[in-house]
This record gives sequence, C-alpha cells and structure tokens, in this order.
Amino acid sequence: MKANNAPAVGRTPFQKWCDKYQGLFYLIPWIIGFVVFKAVPFGQSLYYSFTDMNFFNGISEYGLMNYIEAFTSDRITKSLITTFQYSFITVPLKLVFALFIAYILNFNIKFVNLFRTVYYIPSILGGSVAIAVLWRAVFRDDGLINTLIKMLTFGAFDGPSWLSDPDYALWVICLLRVWQFGSAMVLFLAALKGVPADLYEAATIDGAGKWRQFFSITVPMITPIIFYNLVTQICQAFQEFNGPYIITNGGPRNATTLIALLVYQYAFKQNEMGMASALAWIMFIIVCVLTIIAFTSQKKWVYYSDER
Amino acid sequence: MGMKAAHRIATFFKYFVLILVGLIMIYPLLWMVSATFKDNSEIFAGISLWIKNPTLEGYRNALNDFGGSINIIQAMINTYSYVIPKVILTVVSACIAAYGFGRFDFPGKKIMFSIMLSTLFLPQVVLNVPQFLLYNSFGWINSPFYLAIWVHCAFATETYFVYQLIQFLRNVPRDLDEAASIDGCNSFQTLYKVIVPMLLPALVSCALFQFMWSCNDFMGPLLYVSTPAKYPMSLFVKLSMDGDTGFAWNRILALSLISILPQLIVFFCAQDQFVEGISAGAVKG
Repeated sequence: MKANNAPAVGRTPFQKWCDKYQGLFYLIPWIIGFVVFKAVPFGQSLYYSFTDMNFFNGISEYGLMNYIEAFTSDRITKSLITTFQYSFITVPLKLVFALFIAYILNFNIKFVNLFRTVYYIPSILGGSVAIAVLWRAVFRDDGLINTLIKMLTFGAFDGPSWLSDPDYALWVICLLRVWQFGSAMVLFLAALKGVPADLYEAATIDGAGKWRQFFSITVPMITPIIFYNLVTQICQAFQEFNGPYIITNGGPRNATTLIALLVYQYAFKQNEMGMASALAWIMFIIVCVLTIIAFTSQKKWVYYSDER
Repeated sequence: MGMKAAHRIATFFKYFVLILVGLIMIYPLLWMVSATFKDNSEIFAGISLWIKNPTLEGYRNALNDFGGSINIIQAMINTYSYVIPKVILTVVSACIAAYGFGRFDFPGKKIMFSIMLSTLFLPQVVLNVPQFLLYNSFGWINSPFYLAIWVHCAFATETYFVYQLIQFLRNVPRDLDEAASIDGCNSFQTLYKVIVPMLLPALVSCALFQFMWSCNDFMGPLLYVSTPAKYPMSLFVKLSMDGDTGFAWNRILALSLISILPQLIVFFCAQDQFVEGISAGAVKG
C-alpha cells in the first residue's frame, strides 16, 4: 500500500507494528473460528479414533481396535463398498449429463435462460427434506416411475420395488443426486462460453466434424472446470447423508447405508464415538487419496491457458 | 439444400433433447404441486397432472394442529429464527475475513491462506463428534436459541463464502482503497465505505446461497434439536412423513411444498444472482 508510506515517517514503532499487522486484526474472528471449530475438533477426532470413547462412559481403552474392527466387520466393509459404488455411479453420470446439456445450451439456443432455470431448480431444492419426501412418493411401487414403466411397456413390466429391493434402493439415492446436475451444468456453460470462437472456425476450415471438435477442442479447453467439478463432486458424494437417512434410512438390508450415515449411527445412536471417529477418518483418508490422485494427475490432462 | 436440411434436423434434435430433459427435471415438481390438490385415492392412480376432484383437504390438514406440541407455523418460525442469524453472521464474518486475506500483506498470511483453502476440503463428518462434545460442554445442545447451529457462523467458519468473496475482491480495483486512504480513511472505514458497496452484489449472492443451504440443512437440527416444540421445518416434515406413511400423501406433500415455498420465491426473485454466484466463485483462482 503506497499511500501508507508517506505518513509512516513520523510514526512510533508501535504504530508501525500496527500498520504491518493490521490485516491480521481482520482475521481474528476467522482464526478463533478455525481453532475452536475446526483445528481442535480435527485433532480430537483423530485422537478419539484410537480410543473406545463412549458418550456416557468416556475412554477406557486405547489402541487400533476401531480400525481393526472397521476392516473386519461386514457391516462396515459393506458400507465402504456401497459408498464407493454410490460415488462411482453418481459422479460420472452427473458430470456427463451436465456437460452434455451445457454443450447443447451453448449453441445459440432461444430461451436459454428459461432452460437454465428449469435445470437449476433441482440443485437449489434437492437437499431439502421436502424433495426427499417427494422422492419417496415418486419411487413407490405405484409411484410415478413405475406407472411410467408400465405405460411405456404397455403393461408388460411392473417395474421393481425401488425402495424395498436391495438391488435397486441405491439407485434411488443416486438418481436424486444426478437429478441435481444443474450447478455443475452452470459452471460448464460459463466455461464453454469462454472457449474462443476462432478455434472452432479454424477446425471447421480444416474439415473437423462436430464430434471431432467436441473432443479435440471443447473438452481440452474446459478441463480446468471438469477438474474442479470432479473434485468437489467426489468430496460431496463421499459425505452423502440426507438421501439415505431420509429416503431409505439405510435400508433395505443396509443396501443404502453410506459411510456418513454409519458414522451418524455409531456416534449418535450407539454412542460409540471412538468408532465413529475412526470411520470418519477412514472416509477422510479415502477422499484425501482421491483428491491427491486428481491433483497429481492434473498435469497430464488439465490445460491451463495462462500457465500460472 | 442438403446442408440446410441437415442443419434443421440438428436444430430440431437440440430443442427436442432440451425440452425432453427439462420435462423430466421439472415433472416430479409439477406432479407434487398437482398431487397436493388431489384426493388421496387419486394421487397414485396415474401420472397425469390433471386433478379430477380438486380438494384443499391436503392443505387444510397440513395447517391443522395435530395435537402435538408443534405445528407448521411454529416450525416455520423456528426455522427462520436460526436461518436469519446464520445468514447475517456468515456474510459479515466472511466479508471481514475476505478483506483481511485479500487486501493486506503481513508475515504468515500465505500459510494462513493455504490453511483456509485446505479447510474447503475438510469434510464436516470428521468434525461432527468433537463439535457435538464441545457444544455439549457449552450446554448448547437443544438450546432454545439454537446456539449450536448458528454461533460458529460469526467466526467465518463457512470457508466457501470467504473464498468466494476473496475471488470477487480481486476484481475490485485497489486504486479505490488507495484513494480512500489518501482521503484519510483508516482501513476499517475503507472496508465499509468502499469495499462493502463494491462487493454488494457478491454479498447478496453469498446471503442467498447461505439462505438456501441453511433452510435445507438437516444434519444440524437433527443433532442439536430434540424438543419437538423447537423442531424446524426440516425435522417437522420428516416427522410427519414417518408419522403416517401411506395414508395422507396429499397432506404430506402439501406440507413439503409449503416448506420449500419461501425458497422457491427467493429463487425466482433472484435467479440471476444464483447463476452468477456459482460461476464467479469457481472459475478463477
């Protein structure tokens, strides 16, 4: 800050110190918040994960038992596998869908704002309990989806029991989140608008078709946003709680007990807070590993135009 | 001619896909609205939006007090009694923190900035248990003022908004702050006389997102509210659904619709801010 240099001449050392650190003053609330509500709980949760911390009985034992149990108990390993399945279904479907729709919307479409609004509404409301309730109505045995299946097959198929068949219940949760592709789409749309038009013109002159242009120009140019969406969506997917809790309550036969729901059950239903912390840490490490893989691989596939 | 026909087919195909996907997206919501006016026997009889015997029974029952200690009006009041402090505190504290990060240099700032960014990726699930124990030791669990739900927002804990405001702040020219400081403003006066007015659209966008997310929040009330009389909408709707699954769907859907009505109104009044908000927060940086 140049303007501060002039009066600095006649200032006392204390005033100079204040000038230098005045930015810190504005960060005091953030520092308190970070320490009290994030850093300390973060450390505590790691500590609890090596104990048998119980809400009522406190700690009586230390060791690795929670982690050993986590990888030997069927309930937990199944939940981890389900969480992976959920993430690897939801994230790619959501991103492919979002990119596809954004790509179409980017061709001088009339009423683009209307379409964008319609696609975006589910993203705003999708996390609410109201939509979870609606989802239960839609996926009932005689709900919208199955009635539609019946109509389209002229009564030949009844459609599955989405909410009570363990093979299908996870799909109900996945589809709820895929339905909310709107915010990823808005980001893709903004990125697509930033691709210079002359690149497409040059490619057209060179005789490249639309598909070729899409994979050789569009996708490489928007890799930073693909990367951003990928990382944020993976983080979100591994923490999914509302869908399984409200719609299926983890059932049928634990088919939708995602890891965040299991953490909740251990911590606040069984009061086994040590075990819950260990599970949360396992989830955290998985998310970290996936994020690190994404970040280290970005040199190979993410293209930054201004190479900062 | 061949080119023209091909072009027309392509255009037709694009609109066809857009309209079809749009219908799939919006149909469940339209169906929900129509179902709230239907008879309970009619709701699952078909997929049509047409209402054969329009009735307000669903709404009448939704608004009725069922003898418990909570009704829909009280649940609304409960919800907004923590959503509003949450929104205000988040915006104010995030703005102050963004100003500190965005406009000053001091030893240790770089490290603090990286720490702040890394908390963007810190899952809430990891923090839930210790935070619950912390709030328990403060006596904030089941507090009549929902302290466990909103107090932390006063300390810029919603990192996403801090990050978003720093991004916006980069686009506010520094000349303005310098002019203000030459005119004799101290840094705090610069903040509220120059930065806040320039950031106003971004602050509004943060407030809107925080409003939506706080209304949707389910985990917070689930952990920290246990007296039925203090239930917010999210818990009340869940309670009503568990209470009578399979019987009065028009009542439950009406209840759900009323619960998201304020959010829908806010969204339609401010949809551009939402779209700009998500685009601006992510692209740069």
